[in-house]
Amino acid sequence: MLAGDGDRKVYAGATDFIPQLRMGRPEPDYAVDLKRIPRLTGLRLVGDTWVIGAATPSIRLTEEETLVADLPGLVEAAALIGSDQIQSRASLGGNLCNASPAADSVPAMVVNEGRAVISGPNGTRTIPVASVVTGPGRTSLAKGEFVVEIEFDRPPARTADAYLRFIPRTEMDIAVVGAGARLSLDEEGRCVSAAVALGAVAPTVVRVPAAENALVGRPITDSALEQVAAEASAACNPIDDKRGTKEYRRQVAGVLAVRALKLAASRAANSTR
Amino acid sequence: MSSTPVTATINEDQVEFLCQSDQTLLEALRDVVGLTGVKEGCATGDCGACSVILDGRLTCSCLVLAPEAAGATIFTVEGMAGPDGLHPLQQSFLEGAALQCGVCTPGFLVAAKSLLDRRADPSESEVRYAIAGNLCRCTGYDKIVRSILTAAEDMKKAAEEKEKV
Repeated sequence: MLAGDGDRKVYAGATDFIPQLRMGRPEPDYAVDLKRIPRLTGLRLVGDTWVIGAATPSIRLTEEETLVADLPGLVEAAALIGSDQIQSRASLGGNLCNASPAADSVPAMVVNEGRAVISGPNGTRTIPVASVVTGPGRTSLAKGEFVVEIEFDRPPARTADAYLRFIPRTEMDIAVVGAGARLSLDEEGRCVSAAVALGAVAPTVVRVPAAENALVGRPITDSALEQVAAEASAACNPIDDKRGTKEYRRQVAGVLAVRALKLAASRAANSTR
Repeated sequence: MSSTPVTATINEDQVEFLCQSDQTLLEALRDVVGLTGVKEGCATGDCGACSVILDGRLTCSCLVLAPEAAGATIFTVEGMAGPDGLHPLQQSFLEGAALQCGVCTPGFLVAAKSLLDRRADPSESEVRYAIAGNLCRCTGYDKIVRSILTAAEDMKKAAEEKEKV
């Protein structure tokens, strides 16, 4: 259906789709609502993998207690997308494919190494969430393809994630900087693996391997975190806009990455899994 | 463009209406069904004036395409007052002067009802988060927050009275 002639678009909650049409984006010839496809709206645990339908409203994630316990940072990120009204509609798949550099859920999906299951005229393929967005408003999806679901492995023992967003108020704003973090600790509290991803500081979400390497094999000390902050700031390639200058975003990215890591570390240390 | 027939349950009544596929639920409710309590503010999901409860979830009707309402259960501000008079939220908004121009009021009432349906005894902070998706340019919000808290108390007392009888 999506592969035919003319401009054909899919939508989930339409919380970006309809406003974009209002802003003057050309109306597609066909708009296909994905929410009536059962596989796309719902979430389930298959073995040790969470499978989240791409059009599942964010509020459903916050209602799933086991998911909140497994991936609290991912759920927090999804819960930051807009008001209660928007939470009833906005989805991980939509937030990803809208391809805004400031999308809140994407850094959290990236640190958890989420996988996007993509369906299209040539069948189904699975790629890392990190390879879906190629630039502001652009994705690697071909014509006729759409994201069906997003998969996350349940975290191993002493592993946890976190997502923090910086905005000048407490609710209802677009990220100046977003920081996702995930850590695994060993029994002595040393870092076994780390992931840091930043949003709103570059055309796409950026992973910061240099910051991750600064932590692995060591306890989470202030000096290690200082290095993380410096690496996170250095990894940014931000723009100046009304939300913040380049310098400001770089500075905030370092601070926020450290705070997200500290939160993930305390969760990992207290994890019961 | 051909019209799409839609059957939905609106404020407990089965309603059939014809809509265009590029019409929003907000436009259909106002212009076709005649429920003008649903207001258009921004039409981009920011202001909450068009809030309805769609299949149990608080939703901006400006972000829903009208054909999506097929088979849905919709609650609007018109469904709030009962046979015995105003809903406690409406009464406390009136008494607490929680409105001036009134355009945002239906959206606030529906958002507040959605909160109290889920949480009978919310804190002030929970109330403020629950109405974060509703904009009011007149009142400064304080009287709205107080009126919602008062209505919650009134409803709790009424429920306790009912239990005693």
